[in-house]
Amino acid sequence: MMDTQSFDMKDLDIAWCPGCGNFAILTAVKEALTELEVNPEKLVMVSGIGQAAKAPHYFKCNFFNGLHGRSLPAAGAIKASNPQLTVITESGDGCTYGEGGNHFIHTIRRNPDITNLVHNNMVYGLTKGQASPTSAHGFKTPVQTEGVFLEPLNPLALAISLDASFVARTFAGDMEQTKDIIKKAILHKGYALVDILQPCVTYNRLNTYKWFKTNTVYLEESHNPHDRIEAFRRATEGEKLSLGIFYVHPKPTFEEELTVYRENREPLYLRRPDLTKVVNIIDSNRGI
Amino acid sequence: MTKLNEDVSIVLCGEAGQGIQTVEHILTRMLKLSGYHVFSTQEVMSRIRGGSNSTLIRVSSRRVASFVDRIDLLIPFSPGAVKHVGNRVSPETILLGEKKIYGNEYLGTRAIDVPLSEVASQVGSPIYSNTVAVGLLSGLLNVDPGILQDYLRGHFSGKDQETINKNLEAAKRGYAFGHDLLENGKIRIEIQKSYKIRDEIILDGNEALALGAISGGCNFVPFYPMSPSTGVAVFLAQHAKELGILVEQVEDEISAINMVIGAWYAGARAMASTSGGGFALMAEGLSLAGMVESPAVIHIGQRPAPATGLPTRTEQGDLLFALYAGHGEFPRIIFAPGTIEDAFSLTQRAFNLADKYQVPVFILTDQYLLESHYNFPTLDPWRIKLEKHFVKTDTEYKRYRFAESGISPRGIPGFGEGLVVLDSDEHDEEGHITENLDIRTKMVDKRLRKLDQLQDEILPPELVGPKKYETLVIAWGSNYHVVIEAMHKLGKEDVAFLHFKQVYPLHPETVSYLQKARTTVIIENNATAQFGKLIELYTGRKIDKKILKYNGAPFSVEEIERNLNSFLD
Repeated sequence: MMDTQSFDMKDLDIAWCPGCGNFAILTAVKEALTELEVNPEKLVMVSGIGQAAKAPHYFKCNFFNGLHGRSLPAAGAIKASNPQLTVITESGDGCTYGEGGNHFIHTIRRNPDITNLVHNNMVYGLTKGQASPTSAHGFKTPVQTEGVFLEPLNPLALAISLDASFVARTFAGDMEQTKDIIKKAILHKGYALVDILQPCVTYNRLNTYKWFKTNTVYLEESHNPHDRIEAFRRATEGEKLSLGIFYVHPKPTFEEELTVYRENREPLYLRRPDLTKVVNIIDSNRGI
Repeated sequence: MTKLNEDVSIVLCGEAGQGIQTVEHILTRMLKLSGYHVFSTQEVMSRIRGGSNSTLIRVSSRRVASFVDRIDLLIPFSPGAVKHVGNRVSPETILLGEKKIYGNEYLGTRAIDVPLSEVASQVGSPIYSNTVAVGLLSGLLNVDPGILQDYLRGHFSGKDQETINKNLEAAKRGYAFGHDLLENGKIRIEIQKSYKIRDEIILDGNEALALGAISGGCNFVPFYPMSPSTGVAVFLAQHAKELGILVEQVEDEISAINMVIGAWYAGARAMASTSGGGFALMAEGLSLAGMVESPAVIHIGQRPAPATGLPTRTEQGDLLFALYAGHGEFPRIIFAPGTIEDAFSLTQRAFNLADKYQVPVFILTDQYLLESHYNFPTLDPWRIKLEKHFVKTDTEYKRYRFAESGISPRGIPGFGEGLVVLDSDEHDEEGHITENLDIRTKMVDKRLRKLDQLQDEILPPELVGPKKYETLVIAWGSNYHVVIEAMHKLGKEDVAFLHFKQVYPLHPETVSYLQKARTTVIIENNATAQFGKLIELYTGRKIDKKILKYNGAPFSVEEIERNLNSFLD
């Protein structure tokens, strides 16, 4: 049995504000990984830029802390290069839905077997408080001085519309459910989105712990995650934000579709080119 | 009677969608099988149907590998064709085709009416006109009729029997027509055949580059289509299954470059293949490769820019862009193949160097090189040994250990006990984010030290011509053959040619080559002599004269000869 200490690091200087929802998510991730007995050496965390994207620095793992918005292409390539690795991306709403919006759409279409954790605090923290793609109507910032009037991006509805393989939302204030859903997302074969609602104690005075408590509700046990229309309805309904697993559609993963793994399961790093075949191709250009 | 000797230049011209490229493909291969040296290159419009496209096929008793303006035989397939290549038509050009097509455009005195579509209709349909043309040229060039029949059978093997038979018949009738032209003395063509050539290969730059990548161990190619580089990815996709390569068409070039870096991180060998506009989107990712010290192989097939430019044409306008792209300071290597053989070997080499020095390595080609074909003896994938430079990690592993050489051993996740940590922020030896400014300085120095390390591996420029010279002509990349042919025609004893297939870092010998020259002349397919500037920057020597072309077309032998002559007289 593993314990969470397997992921603990010494002498950490964490860059998050006291009371930040990121701490709870970090704990939930570590506990989920511990309970699933994911070995840190076989785990690759991939992140972009932002406060959430620093998470992989705070526990033991391989990680690729790349560019703002670009975690999904890197993660997909890592998984495709070595399907034996557990690959999880962790970044914020600005990184994933804003800068990385195009990758978000097409990674869902590609369906790599990765878990996409999104810390969604509906604000840009690291750049000091501008609106994010998920900021609510009327949310005032030093830039959106009259309040946000753009339509907030609905990541769950978007993912369901793209027939994402696994779509869930949790609230960082409920660590138990967050951990439980992260575990299911990691175990799920295929792309899994977990949008994690989280307060930003410094820059978001609207969507506070209290606000989230009041404005979220759990999906009923009777919710059928295989019903896409119902999942979409629940993702788009007004008033309160539902929490839970909205939609699950098991289907072949990107790696399973790839011809490179059809007869040979070896990760790409172990392979060498068959130069005899190259010679055959070259020779085929000699004659008729 | 017209007599054509040793080196015949044929131009096929017609609309997009008329199948001229098929005629080119079949003819070049058949001519090679018949023992001729061949070269072909095309200029096409950025459209699917209509317009005017042309293909040059040179048939010769000597090796030919460059573009010429001269047209000996012009075969128009559409109205507008003769006008399209009009400035290359001379009184010596023979028009060979249907009067009803070239009709009013007919420019010269030498025209031979060949009723291509009429013959095709007799066979069954005007759609066989191209095959009649193939037959006609085969007859004129004395292709063995057996080769014609066998090649066409092979080429059309996927079709039904009736289609095959009709094509064979169309070719046969075209052949008879061509043969008659020889027999009744209207045209005489004398090109020596050499049976040694029959066993050679014909490839274009795209195919050679792709084969070089495979031989270099490339097994991951995320790409977004963009002319003229798309051919590389298409070729690799078609061989992906048999060779175990992952080829994925992705949402954009930003995704492609980040996938390339992700794939190398996990131990794959990845390549990005794009053109200038796509590479512009990759600039951010390139900088990431610089920071995390990721290997990367990046092919840029240049075309005229800025912006969309001339999508299907050629230029050497992205050299300084490739050199300076990406924010921040980090080392890189830039190759510029001069020949189709170079496209193969430099790409293969690029994978080893990228892996060894953990730097981005560029292959800078252009439309002209990528879409030109010629015959040559062979390619040897075993000549360059595949080197893998990653290590198995232990629990003490630190990805960015301060190595004296600057090259910290590169681990990959899942191979060994250690953790492989990388960050686009400045980082410490482990790879964790840091704002320690002393570490920052040390890391910059460490990254830049790799540039010193790779000095020994810089490919020297190639000197063609006399070792003692007054004038030194300098070119890089795809202008290799065209300059050599022009210099040969020029026949000056005090003029030498220095060609660079590695344009950055520059080989240290460059300085002494320049010092020996009284006059230096640079030839570049761009408007601002970018390589000339690069030479001046790194050697202090200003280039005296420039021959520049930037209208989207490649240099012709005649053009270079003419320009050099004007300088030398």
